[in-house]
Amino acid sequence: MDHLKSVPGGASSPEGAPSGDAAARLAFLMQRSSRGDEAAFAELYDATSARAYGLALRVVRNPAHAEEVLQEAFLDAWRTSSRFDPTRGSAIGWLLTIVHRKAVDRVRSAEASTARDSTYHRESRPVEHDSTLEAAHASLEAQRVRGAVAGLTAVQREAVELAFFGGYTHTEVATMLDVPVGTAKTRIRDGLIRLRDAMGVGS
Amino acid sequence: MSDIHKLTGAYALDAVDDLERAAFERHLAECEDCRDEVASLRETAALLADSVAVTPPPSLRASVLTGITHVRPLPPIVAPSRRAAWFPLLVAASIVAVLGLAAAVWQPWTPSDNPSLTVAEQVLRAPDAQSVSIDLGDKGRATVTRSKSLHKAVIRTEDMAPAPSGQTYQLWLQQRGDMVSAGLMEGGTEEIVLDGDAATASAAGVTIEPAGGSEKPNLPPVALFDFSQAT
Repeated sequence: MDHLKSVPGGASSPEGAPSGDAAARLAFLMQRSSRGDEAAFAELYDATSARAYGLALRVVRNPAHAEEVLQEAFLDAWRTSSRFDPTRGSAIGWLLTIVHRKAVDRVRSAEASTARDSTYHRESRPVEHDSTLEAAHASLEAQRVRGAVAGLTAVQREAVELAFFGGYTHTEVATMLDVPVGTAKTRIRDGLIRLRDAMGVGS
Repeated sequence: MSDIHKLTGAYALDAVDDLERAAFERHLAECEDCRDEVASLRETAALLADSVAVTPPPSLRASVLTGITHVRPLPPIVAPSRRAAWFPLLVAASIVAVLGLAAAVWQPWTPSDNPSLTVAEQVLRAPDAQSVSIDLGDKGRATVTRSKSLHKAVIRTEDMAPAPSGQTYQLWLQQRGDMVSAGLMEGGTEEIVLDGDAATASAAGVTIEPAGGSEKPNLPPVALFDFSQAT
């Protein structure tokens, strides 16, 4: 699909997923950051910035905008680090929630102001065609993601991609896919639940 | 299962508009199942980012790390502590008190993600919360409450007449003289968190705009809440 084209130049990630020790380390770094430990935050940045940047880039497309999103998101994470609760979820999950929200706000406000100006779209739309979730990298975690994604139905995957990487609301997704609003909402939820269970994410 | 529960997936992916987000966060405050589900779906979404990782330019690292040196991390949200120093404490009782306080200090999640207390509730309960109310006559009443420490403002409307057909109420924050959109609302009786940093705003406003909202206010505000008048 047109809006699922990938960004160019995706380098592979040097970072692992938050399993076990890595996750505990990130949670510890977040806690240190809330006490003003800048070195801890630098380590946190190094361990998470590729995932954060890749996600922002996927949503906003434009590298300069993605950098702005990341700058704001990391500043927010630093400022609100005391609000992170390791008993409620992972540090990477918490951080990427902030990044994704900022990226989505960015594209929606940009659209509101440019009213989907066609020039903007031509310039910001890269040339390559590859389905976002299939463009997985060689890491074990990426393989796990790819395996889980392969277990989705085609319509679930499409709905999840449009919502998460496209930054579209479920109502917009419904219109794009020409299905009732309730159907898009259900596909997104069912798709995510299936991914969650396939990847063994605890709640 | 009622329909609102099914919004967990869309909410977890930010695939909701401002009105849906506000309504769903009110629901989350009361529905533990949905809170758990949203948390697990957000974790799931975070894993999807593994497949799209891209190393950012090195200059960004320097700029982020310079940026944080100018910003003080917020203090944890501390619930009113149960002081009992006068009480002839047993050791066990003091341990209980310490544990209780520790639990209170670690309030879960950021304001926008706190499933146990909505952002609106956090703002309304903040120690530095200040409010401005405006009586709209026969069109109802509206109150804006702001917490500078949480950087957020909440508008509560009571019996506010709905916006004319094909139009919507739009919220604004006045930032250094500019009106910046802070979301949409329907009127009636509701409670909505304004988008944007309310700590730096000098006022909040409500205008009537074409459905979907405008980039800049087209008409003078229906209500203007001057934060310098807040009490």
